[in-house]
Amino acid sequence: MSIQLVTGNQAAGYALSLAGEANREARGAVCGIYPITPQTEIVERVASFPFTKGRVVPVESEHSAMGVSIGAALGGARAFTASSSNGLAYMTENVMVAGFYRLPIVMVAVNRTLGPPWNIWVDQGDTLMLRDLPWIQLYCETNQEVLDTTLVAFRLAEDRRILLPVMVAMDAFVMSHTTSEASLPAQEQVDRYLPRLELPHRLRHEEPKTIGGLTWPQESAQQRFEIDRAMARVPEVFEECRRSFAEVFERDPGDAIDAYEVEDAEAVLIASGSIATTAREVVRRRRARGERLGLIKAKLYRPFPEAALRNACRSARKLAVLDRNYGAGVGGIFWQDIRGAFQGRRDDLLIQGYLTGLCGGDVTPEIVEEIVSDITVRREPAAPIWLGVETSGEAH
Amino acid sequence: MSILADENLHVPCSDECLLRPGNTNCGGCGMSIGLTLLGRALERAGERCMLVIPACCGIVTAGGYPTTAYGVPVAASTFASAPAFASGLASVRDLNGDDGQVICWAGDGGTYDIGIATLSAAAERNENLIYICYDNEIYGNTGGQRSSATPHGARTTTTPSGKAEGKKDIMSIMAAHGIPYAATLSVAHPDDFARKLETALGLEGTRFLLIHSPCPAGWKSDPADSIELVRIAVASGLFPLYEVWDGTRYRINERPSWIDPGGYFERQGRFPAWQVDLAEVIAGCKARYARLEVLAREFPHRETVSLQDGPGP
Ligand SMILES: Cc1ncc(C[n+]2csc(CCOP(=O)(O)OP(=O)(O)O)c2C)c(N)n1
Ligand code: SF4
Repeated sequence: MSIQLVTGNQAAGYALSLAGEANREARGAVCGIYPITPQTEIVERVASFPFTKGRVVPVESEHSAMGVSIGAALGGARAFTASSSNGLAYMTENVMVAGFYRLPIVMVAVNRTLGPPWNIWVDQGDTLMLRDLPWIQLYCETNQEVLDTTLVAFRLAEDRRILLPVMVAMDAFVMSHTTSEASLPAQEQVDRYLPRLELPHRLRHEEPKTIGGLTWPQESAQQRFEIDRAMARVPEVFEECRRSFAEVFERDPGDAIDAYEVEDAEAVLIASGSIATTAREVVRRRRARGERLGLIKAKLYRPFPEAALRNACRSARKLAVLDRNYGAGVGGIFWQDIRGAFQGRRDDLLIQGYLTGLCGGDVTPEIVEEIVSDITVRREPAAPIWLGVETSGEAH
Repeated sequence: MSILADENLHVPCSDECLLRPGNTNCGGCGMSIGLTLLGRALERAGERCMLVIPACCGIVTAGGYPTTAYGVPVAASTFASAPAFASGLASVRDLNGDDGQVICWAGDGGTYDIGIATLSAAAERNENLIYICYDNEIYGNTGGQRSSATPHGARTTTTPSGKAEGKKDIMSIMAAHGIPYAATLSVAHPDDFARKLETALGLEGTRFLLIHSPCPAGWKSDPADSIELVRIAVASGLFPLYEVWDGTRYRINERPSWIDPGGYFERQGRFPAWQVDLAEVIAGCKARYARLEVLAREFPHRETVSLQDGPGP
């Protein structure tokens, strides 16, 4: 283990490579790769890793990057890739197949604004567009967390009780291209943490089955139901993976939801990604002034950890949800899920949505302060509140 | 010896064959014959295979889950993605030193149209797989729409008065990738068909096989005419049988006898009489064939003689 300065991309590329290498005693590793700013450095790192039993396939599109990974996973290899923004949009058809085929593929996704108009800066609209597909989604706050969560993702995905692909998300540039200290694990540790992959349903000559042919309504619905059962097991299995990670690497890779100062909080901010760092600092300052404020960082987004969230918000009377994404015609996407989690259970709870940092705008401490000031005095919920845009001149 | 006359060859049936009885293919479907011939060639070569099949009649024919008409492992891929899925599968096979072929079995829609970028990329990487396109010149599975393999004049549901454009020359496109082997196959020429499969099975890298595959449903033809139609196509020069090695060396396998292609058009309801100018068709066939002949003469493929085999009888 060594402490080094790495970008989020380097952390992800390192983790993917070590995880792939850790399967060398089994059926090896395969990674389909295609570049897109700001994730390119991840696949470049993977492409230059000297795998003992692995192949990196430089394909012609994200659709094929996931296609190659699916084929490799069906052959029993540990398969992974990385993408972002329009790359994810282009890949989508195969993204869903990876889930429906119950393949434990891990994909690091760098959250970038969808376009055109072209914009390479951070926005979660890309991965959230994929939220209803059978993928587990984990959002990270720091480069260390990206590295650790990527390793946890393999263990979680490959657990027989789960067998679902996992997406590990980080912020464009704020994380992908920003260096910070991270503890880099040794191959030997990753070998200990990640068991050999034995995919139960991999294709075998001895077993001539057809995967993915015509499937009737009853069986298709049954398959969705089984995915739902597996999703329901995720919080528990994730917790196990987190604990065993701590045993091997001697640090916490991060909880499904990270609650800060919520015990007696009246108002709780909910954020994800690097915004959580800024929000935590604002909460810390306000706490010092005696304000009963807390923060929840949402890391596990699919499945949405409703029970843990409700539990963490027991004392809260107001929730301020900060969304760096926008669901057209509705508002913030986390906000929608959070309203759903409390619906019919906490009618006393005021849940206000704030759209901030969209399409790469900075979310400064001042902006978070503004949100805190609003939620503190707010008595009624309003339509999602837009920050950082000109709202006075609209309505024609 | 003819593959059909080989008495020692176990004729696969029921659970051993590639495509089992009970599949959903239409009567007279060329794809059924193609899969049977593929199964025999594999058996003859003592090879196993896994199939990757994109959206097309070829995957529907498996029937509904949990049954399957295929006697080998099959992975259904998305429409455009068979060569990508197969690249992953073949990579793992090679990393692990497993035996067996990874074969894509795709229609012309998945090959000429939506999957062409994926196929081109796999060929450019010279992935170690066999790609077989059963070209029925139409989107059969979705009820008969045009593809870029649909010939000029053919009526489809999206070219109701006959297709204005001609057929894309996929063989030239694939050969231009310099892949080890590309060949055209006809289900009316089973011996040639079997030999080409044998050749493909003996090579490594990307091998592309194009089957002219009759489709009574799309061609609006009598299922009993299927073989006869594609036989006319070869004899009249509409679908020449040839091979290309490394994109540079050519061999013509069957010289057209230049019979009148009229019967080919008359016996298919997809060709409205007024759309087909036979003189123009014949001229086109002759021109394309003349080019092929030049290539085969100037850049011939010569079989390297294996010392073990010795001279024939
Ligand atoms: C992305 C996508 N677009 C459209 C379809 C619908 N679709 C399924 S099969 C098919 C046509 C297949 O034609 P072809 O490849 O020629 O094979 P055939 O059906 O003739 O066997 C189409 C358009 C699909 N499955 N996926
Ligand atoms: S529609 Fe054509 S290709 Fe499809 S099964 Fe029927 S005959 Fe065969």
